[in-house]
Amino acid sequence: MPDYQYIGKHVNRVDGNAIVTGRTQFIDDILLPGMLFGRVLKSPYAHANILNINTEKAKALPGVKAVLTYETVPNWMCGLPHHRRVLDRRLRFVGDSVALVAATSTEIADEALKLIEVEYEELPFVLDCEEALKDGAPRIYDQFENNEFTPGNPIFSKEPFKRIERGDIEKGFAEADYIAEGYYCYDRLPHPLPPECPCVIAKWTGPRALTLWYNGSAPHLQKINTESSIPGAVVRVVSVHSGGSYGSKQLIPLLALQATALSQVANKAVRIMMDKKDHFNSYEVRMGSRIRGKVSMRKDGIVNALQGMWYVDSGMSSTYAQAQIAVGLGEAQVFLGKCQNWDLDSKLVATNHIPAAPIRGFGGQELKGALIPLVCSVARKAGFDPVEIFKKNFVAKGDGYIWRDFKWWDVKSINYVPCMEEASRKFGWKDKWKGWEVPTSVVGNKAIGVGVGVHGNADIGEDPTEAFVKLHMFGNVTIECCIGESGMAQRHAAQKMVAEVMKVPFDSVQVVDPDTHFTPYDAGLIGSRGTITIGTACVRAANDARNKLLAKASKLLHLPVEELDTENYTLFPKGNPGMRLPWIAITGTPEITITGEGVYEQNFDKPNFAIYFAEVEVNLDTGEAKLISALEGSDVGQIIDPINLKMQMEGSFGAAGADTAFFEEGIIDQHTGRIMNGNMIDYKWRTFNEFPKFDTVILESQFDSEAFRALGFGEISGSPAPSAILMAISNAIGVEVNQYPATPEVILRALGEVR
Amino acid sequence: MNEKIRICINDVNRSFTVGEDEGYVLPSETLLQTLRNRLGLTGTKQGCDQGACGNCTVIMDGNAIASCMVLTADCDDRSVTTIEGLEDPVTGELNPLQKAFVDNSAFQCGFCTPGIIMSAKALLDNNPCPTDDEVMESLSGNYCRCISHYQVVEAIHAVIEKGGVNYAGLSIHWQACKPR
Repeated sequence: MPDYQYIGKHVNRVDGNAIVTGRTQFIDDILLPGMLFGRVLKSPYAHANILNINTEKAKALPGVKAVLTYETVPNWMCGLPHHRRVLDRRLRFVGDSVALVAATSTEIADEALKLIEVEYEELPFVLDCEEALKDGAPRIYDQFENNEFTPGNPIFSKEPFKRIERGDIEKGFAEADYIAEGYYCYDRLPHPLPPECPCVIAKWTGPRALTLWYNGSAPHLQKINTESSIPGAVVRVVSVHSGGSYGSKQLIPLLALQATALSQVANKAVRIMMDKKDHFNSYEVRMGSRIRGKVSMRKDGIVNALQGMWYVDSGMSSTYAQAQIAVGLGEAQVFLGKCQNWDLDSKLVATNHIPAAPIRGFGGQELKGALIPLVCSVARKAGFDPVEIFKKNFVAKGDGYIWRDFKWWDVKSINYVPCMEEASRKFGWKDKWKGWEVPTSVVGNKAIGVGVGVHGNADIGEDPTEAFVKLHMFGNVTIECCIGESGMAQRHAAQKMVAEVMKVPFDSVQVVDPDTHFTPYDAGLIGSRGTITIGTACVRAANDARNKLLAKASKLLHLPVEELDTENYTLFPKGNPGMRLPWIAITGTPEITITGEGVYEQNFDKPNFAIYFAEVEVNLDTGEAKLISALEGSDVGQIIDPINLKMQMEGSFGAAGADTAFFEEGIIDQHTGRIMNGNMIDYKWRTFNEFPKFDTVILESQFDSEAFRALGFGEISGSPAPSAILMAISNAIGVEVNQYPATPEVILRALGEVR
Repeated sequence: MNEKIRICINDVNRSFTVGEDEGYVLPSETLLQTLRNRLGLTGTKQGCDQGACGNCTVIMDGNAIASCMVLTADCDDRSVTTIEGLEDPVTGELNPLQKAFVDNSAFQCGFCTPGIIMSAKALLDNNPCPTDDEVMESLSGNYCRCISHYQVVEAIHAVIEKGGVNYAGLSIHWQACKPR
């Protein structure tokens, strides 16, 4: 194992002091001169037309500077493909936008909302995605027949990737030894629920020039998104330190357009910051996922055929669900890497509830929540231990898959079997696993069971990154790369990598603030991509800068470049490390920077990996299930920072991850379409005193990656957890439980104690 | 009727007039709004504004409270400490609790961190040698979604083992704890 100065060792984040003193500037702390505060009137109906809307009284309220309705907003659209207007006459869920107000304070804007008079025409609505597909179901968009969104994401591939068709499915089933069919759902609309609500500040700085400040960490993607909605606009996006996102705030298409529209009318900066009520009830949740499918297995434990329909419920809008489907289909093949016969189709469906959008797990967690139980149903028939099945079937070097670009990728470098074995050993799986629907132990009314799940995602190599590394001759280094901060310490990782290449103190390396005007393209903190993509671009840029510095020194000193080295802002011949020149002596002036450039282009030849073990205790009298301990394992190639990596693993509890198996769900009143638990008291979340023992296993197999042989990890940590927990509960109680979340009611029903 | 109130905030006596006129503290104004919008003490965060997430936790008369659930007009004669009040006022040195949070990487996005630190500070001020259960219980009203809980507990243990949250010179609760 290589011994680095910074890589693989923990150093404190340079922004730690600001965080613990409350000095970190979050978006709610930004007050621009003359800034107005925007608020949005929300629809009380799941499906309705606006018949009349009267804003006169609202406009007359002192302090109100702009009021917009569907009749007066610009005709900008967002969504994929464009289908969502800034404001529409048709309202498609409880919480849809009816009108916009900008005022000198949030309180005045809220008062103004109450003065807007609206006459609605209620329409029939549909909340269930399979009902929505049926003939005669209420039509939600004129352009989407049967409420099916147009498939495919044109940025990923020309032809939509919405179905895996490989091999010969009938032949596969014919050759199989075990076949199972089933219907599994992971569709309870849990909320990612970052503590800080989504927010944007929009300000027009010229007739075409618009600046957006937002609390997401994918500013270049947001720039492209808004520019595609407003023809001719030149958009600058500033990413402000984010109070948690988990994917959910990286793109804010509608919010950005609404603030922009108000800013245009009022000719002032306009901020729209959701309050928790809006955040809960009218922002975005995890998409619904159901599989009706058939799966087969050979005697040797290889899953050899999978057929099915994957229903994806995106609620009233699709921000990017087609992309999530493409990635989810790729991840299915990562999971079943030896399967040669596929027919897995998908339908992306509109319904009249809160929209779904990208959240940590990005299609893969949603698919896995349903797919792993389906695959386990055949493993159960065959009597296999699930860990053995995962070991036999997970993709490895030499296998391949169709990834989201609809192209075939041969898998390189990785093999996760050793990690599965090590994690299984540390968890004590072989002792605890007693068979399908067999408890590990029962004492009195307490039954204990264990479960396991896996996940992997090749999006760790997605999308390009460009970076500059600048050497300043008095002895410091800047990284010009668009890296935001929403908790994952990616800026910290880039600092460490560049410090390692340049052999300079870590804290003398500065990362510029993420701003599309000042930094070249990067797609943002999504899909665990930062380690490889940002890492590779920064390492290449640092090496480029280092080479340029050494070339200059070579000329000056008449020594070959290969004989020179640099360390701690000095330069020296390798043969005579005592003879050192400061950098400034190489250029002779501080009025010069040496700039290295690094470009990364996307590559999908390696998925990352997570295995999650859960040990659950169920009270057989009350049906209450409790996590006693959990363990997550991965092989990350090379650790960049051990504590930050461990915290990403612990993050499996957050962002609608593991606890979607226990208690996290959005509960919708079927009669009105209204979310009934849309607040932080009724929506259940795990409190400090409920965190169980959590272990990790991290291997470092030095995979083929230019970012110090490291792979990204963070996004996937929660993805294998829900199915593992459901398996543990099933084993504890001796009956298969198929419903998320497994609340006491669900468990007692499975036990036949209640109907 | 305009009413004058006095609140000691981070050891500074502040006085406000409650009333409807411009610039006055509205009767409906929460302590959170006063701290953030009027005094620029933006280290205290607004999370849910419903008293459920603990992001806005401050210490009032020795107890951790949700500042979004308290009206400023009701705070006459109270003493309030915010995250900005924890550093040594003379040297600017971090409070040992803050330092332990840095040294133990007890944060990810950091939005909930000030609230968690204030809850922990209130606990350790009142109970310098808490049990694990008491630590967990005292933080159970603080929401953190990145899941920094395990590192937070490490940080708090580190402080307990070192003897407390107050500076030696200013300490009223200084007391060495037995190692756990």
